[in-house]
Amino acid sequence: MALTKAEMAEHLFDQLGLNKREAKEIVEMFFEEIRTALERGEQVKLSGFGNFDLREKKERPGRNPKTGEEIPITARRVVTFRPGQKLKSRVEAYAGTHR
Amino acid sequence: MTRSELIARLAGSQEHLPGPDVESAVKAILERMTEALASGERIEIRGFGSFSLHYRPPRLGRNPKSGETVALPGRYAPHFKPGKALREGVDLETIAGLPLMESA
Repeated sequence: MALTKAEMAEHLFDQLGLNKREAKEIVEMFFEEIRTALERGEQVKLSGFGNFDLREKKERPGRNPKTGEEIPITARRVVTFRPGQKLKSRVEAYAGTHR
Repeated sequence: MTRSELIARLAGSQEHLPGPDVESAVKAILERMTEALASGERIEIRGFGSFSLHYRPPRLGRNPKSGETVALPGRYAPHFKPGKALREGVDLETIAGLPLMESA
């Protein structure tokens, strides 16, 4: 089971005692604000968690995997995520206990 | 935008929750997300994207100081895949030609 916005709102309700509507709204807005910032071309840095960076990709040759036809992949701006040190080490600990 | 700027924007754009509550909420959301990934659980946010773990196989590395070869064990690393709305929203701005801004 994957973690979803509904479950995050439930967590805020349990942990912080926000009412369900407030909890749902703040979770919704949390992702909306991040998305809006990125859409405006702003980098987003969430200390302890990670950074959402924007990268400009130049046009490059591509191929339609179905037909094999050559078509250029147009220049575009993409979002990349660089996990922070704290998140990285917490995740690495998972490997330690499960392998 | 930094974490504190995000908190300020969230506090400013709604009326129910005072600043300190918004701050606790942001902290709790990020902690819950970290916890999910740390226990191998995926995160799925429609329109925004999904977070999952990618396995990095064991490899031989080198201590840059001593030049000594060291065996690095396999590990998991967090991975983010932007959702359709985010991917398209961010790319539309390329066409509009807005410059990238570095966060202060």
